[in-house]
Order: sequence, then structure tokens, then C-alpha cells
Amino acid sequence: MTAFILRRLLQSLGVLIAVALIAFLMFRFVGDPVNQMVGIDTPQAEVARLRQELGLNDPILVQIARFIANAARFEFGISYQFRLPVTQLLAERAPATLELALVSAIFSLAVGIPMGVYTALRRDSALAKAFQAVSLIGVSLPTFLIGILLIYLFAVTLGWLPSFGRGQVVRLGSGWSTGLLTVSGLKALILPSITLGLFQMTLIMRLVRAEMLEVLRTDYIKFARARGLKTRAIHFGHALKNTLVPVITIAGLQLGSIIAFAIITETVFQWPGMGLLFLKAVQSVDIPIMAAYLMMIGFLFVVINLVVDLLYALVDPRLRATIGSA
Amino acid sequence: MSSPLPGQPVLSVRDLRVEFATRRGVLKAIDGVSFDIARGEVLGVVGESGAGKSVTGSAVIGLIEPPGRIAGGEIVLSGERIDNLPAEALRRIRGKRIGMIFQDPLTSLNPLYTVAEQLVETIRTHEDMTARQARTRAIDLLAEVGIPAPERRIDSYPHEFSGGMRQRVVIALALCAGPELIIADEPTTALDVSVQAQIITLLKKLCRDHGTAVMLVTHDMGVIAETADRVAVMYAGRIAEIGPVREVVSRPLHPYAAGLMGAIPTLDQDIGRLVQIPGSMPRLTAIPPGCAFNPRCPRVFDRCRVDRPEPIEHRPAHKVACHLYDPAERSAALEAQP
Repeated sequence: MTAFILRRLLQSLGVLIAVALIAFLMFRFVGDPVNQMVGIDTPQAEVARLRQELGLNDPILVQIARFIANAARFEFGISYQFRLPVTQLLAERAPATLELALVSAIFSLAVGIPMGVYTALRRDSALAKAFQAVSLIGVSLPTFLIGILLIYLFAVTLGWLPSFGRGQVVRLGSGWSTGLLTVSGLKALILPSITLGLFQMTLIMRLVRAEMLEVLRTDYIKFARARGLKTRAIHFGHALKNTLVPVITIAGLQLGSIIAFAIITETVFQWPGMGLLFLKAVQSVDIPIMAAYLMMIGFLFVVINLVVDLLYALVDPRLRATIGSA
Repeated sequence: MSSPLPGQPVLSVRDLRVEFATRRGVLKAIDGVSFDIARGEVLGVVGESGAGKSVTGSAVIGLIEPPGRIAGGEIVLSGERIDNLPAEALRRIRGKRIGMIFQDPLTSLNPLYTVAEQLVETIRTHEDMTARQARTRAIDLLAEVGIPAPERRIDSYPHEFSGGMRQRVVIALALCAGPELIIADEPTTALDVSVQAQIITLLKKLCRDHGTAVMLVTHDMGVIAETADRVAVMYAGRIAEIGPVREVVSRPLHPYAAGLMGAIPTLDQDIGRLVQIPGSMPRLTAIPPGCAFNPRCPRVFDRCRVDRPEPIEHRPAHKVACHLYDPAERSAALEAQP
């Protein structure tokens, strides 16, 4: 088990170094950062001094090594646009994005799994067919359109929910601002979470349905029936547990993409999170923020993958054996 | 709960018909099958794939999946009719009074549960026992089916057992509640030959000890000859011949059964080429009128093409569905000879 974790950690490190190289390349190829920082009337000597100060005159390998070494200490330099440390900027906005992603993920799992199970068990019922139809809309409509439609219906027409922002937030401890503790914060979370989670929810629903139908056809389910086990025990004990093994992987990876692709939802709802910060950074070629964001998303995916692998072993004894002996 | 009266068969199937509604019309998978199995008796059911062997087994235990359905006939278990019971009553019978063993032990067990969990769950579904009592019973069962060190092995997962050991676990699961009848659907097909013999010996011993009736579905005549007391030869959803295993194997009556026995290779006779039956079994959508075997039959005559033969008791306890054995045909044929 320890050997397995160690090997996976090494692999993860390799992935992160590769991501760091790509992030670093942005400095070289996405415009000249110095031009972004200086005005037209800055004297040439000043430009040269800045260039030296930023280390842009060093050999490329030295620059790469410095970037990776800094990244390992979560230092990504100073934002060109805000003149503040990037880490601080991201940390300020992380709670907004993470809360949004968490609520979206809970929504997509808590609604998607039961809907998938229902549509698999009651294939021919009218409700199951309605779920199937809705899920088709969910996977095919683009996120921003869903966001805009929800805003139009619930914020503009009905006026029940706010159309933008986080509502009132409460500061927890030193750095974490939460919207989960106030009514306006919770109300503000509803529409963005649904918008962000709808695609994942329908994906999970369709995945659970397909897996469940597959599992219900297996010999061990037939044998469970032949042993006279109660239908509930067969469906929710034997079948569901086997169904969830592959769902865990997909759900885990989806959590990563929920965080990574919150950009669009955050833009539609003007959600003050990391995605919105990233989009502003792209508009003003604020490369340190872009690089840091890229690194952070890469890091998240690596961590999630590792957790998913370990979770897998927890659920499936066959993997436990192979991992244990590795 | 009715225990079988002396002389009453454990299982009695009368004129069973099973149909599958498909887009291309109704398929008659089983069309008028009747047989009995007595206490402690092993009935072998043989035939080519698609002859309706497995469907008969599924029908008896009430596990025909839609679009299939029992379209007619009766299934009587120890004097009680069970084919028309509501789903919940039928579920109580499954596992409790009828056990079933499937073909592939590698896929019959749920990979995510230990053997103990699966055994205890099954025992407690049918018997009013505490978890501790059920576990003791489960260990006894594993010992009985020949799993060494059962008190240690019981907490293993299915993948930690070999194929033969898994089939023993499957048998233990089928025996959990001491059923009157076991339906074994190709229980040895997926196993090594050496393991096959062990499993067959085990099955035979258990049934002798408990007086359990067995319906042994297989296409392996060797297994039948070793294990069964009586054998039913199925063809295109009907029983062609049914009788004591010794007679059917050595002196088959039905031309199809004769062809089947002729196709078994023997070591002591060097016959060069194996006898084979020309043609193949008809599709269920295109069963010929009259006797379903008539297009392949070497002894076919006019009546076979129009008139479907019903089982005739040609010898005591040995029935055959073939016009050749109709007394009326016999006298006619004798008269025709010079």
C-alpha cells in the first residue's frame, strides 16, 4: 500500500513538473511582460532595469528552475495588473470558487445518482422518460446559456434569487470568507451552483443509469435473485455498490473540472472567484496569474486523481489486493 | 409449508409452455414440456444450445425475464402449485425451497462482498437467525462443500478463491436454506475437467445426504451418464425422450437421441469418424410443422411432416415422442413388409 502511494506521488510530481513547464512557456510566448508593465514614455534604461530585476536576462534553464522552485513554495510572483502577490490574490478568491464548486458537486451527486438509479430501475415509467429528456437538455445546452436562462426566469421574471455576486459573506478566521452562513449568501449560491452542476448532474445520471443496467444483467445479480434475496437488498446493496465503483472515478474527475471550468459560470454570475480573476488576467495578459492558475488546476487534478485511486481501493477488494501487493 | 408425501414427486412440471414476445412475433421457447423429479433423484436435461434446457430451469425457479413469460402449464413443488404465485411468495420459495447453481462460478458471486457476507445475507433472508448463528451455519456449509479451513476462508473475497473453490461456494449458497430441489444449470461447463469430476461428486453426495432432488441441465453426456438417474433429451423446446439414464444412453429410442449418443466419442472403439447429425436445430421462429426433428431425421416418413408426436410410454418409465413407436404405425409398417 505504501509503495503504491509512493509510486503514485512520484508520478504526480512528474505531471506537475510538466504542467510547470507549460506554465513557464507562457512567459516566453504570450507577449512580453515588460511591455505590459511599462508605459509608452518609460525610458529605455528603466525597461532594461525591470528586465534585469524580473530575471528575464538569465539563461532559460535558470529561469525554469527558478519558476519551479518558486512554484513549489506557492510563489508565483507579482501580478502585473494588480501589483500584488499572485498567491494572495488567488487565496482571497479561492473560498468563493471552492464553495461554489463544492455545492455544485454535492448537487450533481445528490440529484444525479438517485435519478440514475431511478431511471435504471423503472426504465419504462413516465418519470424516468422525463428524466432522460431533461438530461439530454442538460448535456447539450451550453453552460452560459443555462445560466442566462436561469437568471432570466428566477432573477428577472420571478425576482426570487439574486442574479449576480455572492451576497453577504462572513469572514471565518484569517482568510476564509464564506457565503454559507447568511441567507443572502445561500440564496446567491443557488443559481450558479445549478448552472455549474447541471452538466455534471446529467452526466452522472446517465453514467449511473448505464452502469446500473449493466450490473443488473450480470450473473451475480441473477444468482442473488435465485437465492431469493429481497429486491431492495439486490438493487441497493448488490447492484448499487457495484455501480458506484466506476462512478467514483468519473465523479472525482468531474470535481476537478467543476473547479477548472467555473470560469464561465463565474463570468455569467459575476462570481468573485478565481475563474473571474483568471478571465481578467487573460484580458490584460497578466501572465503570473495565468501561470499560477494553470499550476493550481494541475495540482488539483493530481490530488483528486490520487484520492480517487485510493477510494477505489477502499471500495473494490480486488484492487485492494493488487495495490497491497504492489 | 408442505413436505413431500411419500411417493409424491418433489417437482412436477405439466405441459409447460414459455413464450418470448419479440418484434418478429412470439417465440415458443418451451412448448408442452412435462416431467417429474422424485426426492433424491437427479434428472439430467440434455440438448443442444437453444433447445430450452436453461429456460425450463429458469421457469421452474420463476426467473423468466421479460419479454419471456410462462404461457401455460403447471409447475408443482411438493404438491403445491407455484407457477401462479405472486412475486413476493415466489421470492420466498427461491433460495429457501429451490436452490439454483449457475454455469460460471467466476461471475456468479458479487465481487465486492466477502463470502461470509453473501452467505449470512442469504441465510438470514430465509431463516430467523442472528448474525452469529448464521455465521456458524455458513462455516458449517463451507466445510460441508469441502472448503478447507472454512472459519478462516469465510472472510475472503470471491477473487481469492480458485474456480473450483468458487463453485463450491456457489453450491454452499444454493444449499443455505436446505432446499428440496436444486437446479444446476451447466454447473461444470466453465471448470477444468479434473475439477468437474470433484464438483459432480460433491453435488451427488450432498443430494444423497439431504435427499434433495436435482435438475441437472447440461450438454455434457459424460456428466449425465455419471450423475443422473434419469435423463430428458430436449429438442426445439420439447422433450424428445425421457427415461432411465442407462436405457437412454445405451438403447436410445428417438432418432435424435440415437444421433446424440452416436456423437459421443469413446476410447475403447476406434470408429475413425464421429457420427454427426446432419443439419442444425431449427430457429425458434421457424419450427417445422409436425415433428420438429423431421428435416434432419434419417427415419422420417410422411406422418412426421404433418402430425406432431406426443410422448408415448414405450417401455416402463421410458417415454419417447416419435411416431416410429406409435403402436398403430408399427402394425401398419409390419403389414407393409412382404
